[in-house]
Amino acid sequence: MSTDTQPSAQSVDLADLQQQVESLRSDLADLEEQDETKRMTIIATKGSLDMAYPPLILASTAAAFDWDVTVFHTFWGLDILHEEKSKKLKLSAVGNPSMPMPNALAAVPGMDALATRMLARKIDENGTASIQELLDLSLESGVELQACGMTMDLMGYDAEDLYDGVTTHVGAATALQHMADADIQLLV
Amino acid sequence: MSTEFEITDTLDVTGLNCPMPVVKTKQTVDGLAQNAILEVVASDPGSIPDIDGWAQSTAGVELLDQIEGDDVYKHYVRKAE
Repeated sequence: MSTDTQPSAQSVDLADLQQQVESLRSDLADLEEQDETKRMTIIATKGSLDMAYPPLILASTAAAFDWDVTVFHTFWGLDILHEEKSKKLKLSAVGNPSMPMPNALAAVPGMDALATRMLARKIDENGTASIQELLDLSLESGVELQACGMTMDLMGYDAEDLYDGVTTHVGAATALQHMADADIQLLV
Repeated sequence: MSTEFEITDTLDVTGLNCPMPVVKTKQTVDGLAQNAILEVVASDPGSIPDIDGWAQSTAGVELLDQIEGDDVYKHYVRKAE
């Protein structure tokens, strides 16, 4: 490179750099503004009574923090959004190491119903909210409850089977977009 | 201790467990006027750290005081800017 071309090359670069700095500053300001609101995405895949609680408790609490919350319900997690099934979520006695009985006994017909009744009673005595209460609170406070489209078809659930306010027929790509921007992503 | 602020509203969440004290407090505060002071009466001991943490990381609320009694936990939340 000859020395006489260097000063002009430098001055062009400087103007260019100044412009880039301005552009970066403006991007940073935008990012800082967006960053004030935390975002959380939960993937709810389970439909047993015990596993329905964590996503809804975290979602309704996060909404109380004014976070932007999405819960993507897929496979058995769809039952939480199903108007009929959500009222009859069960606890499994089999394969649950916390059950005070061996698996052979837990497998006896009626044991799941018994375990479910026991938990339901404890929930009530403990002042723990019901699944319906947590669903209502979540929807009222702006939590986006999404139903996976593919598993809706797989389970034969129509949009009318699910609670009003639920976003139905959501795809994996849409769920991923929210996850990519989320500060917290949880799989339950 | 005596409170040196004027309570404008009261929310009773006795008997309710996590996450209801926080969630109900937020819902109630949202419906209050600016500078209103809400007294939250809870029976859940976890409401002490929960409401404290919530107030610290949520805009527009200020926790003025928390009082622990016998099985009663009182919280005083001001709706701020």
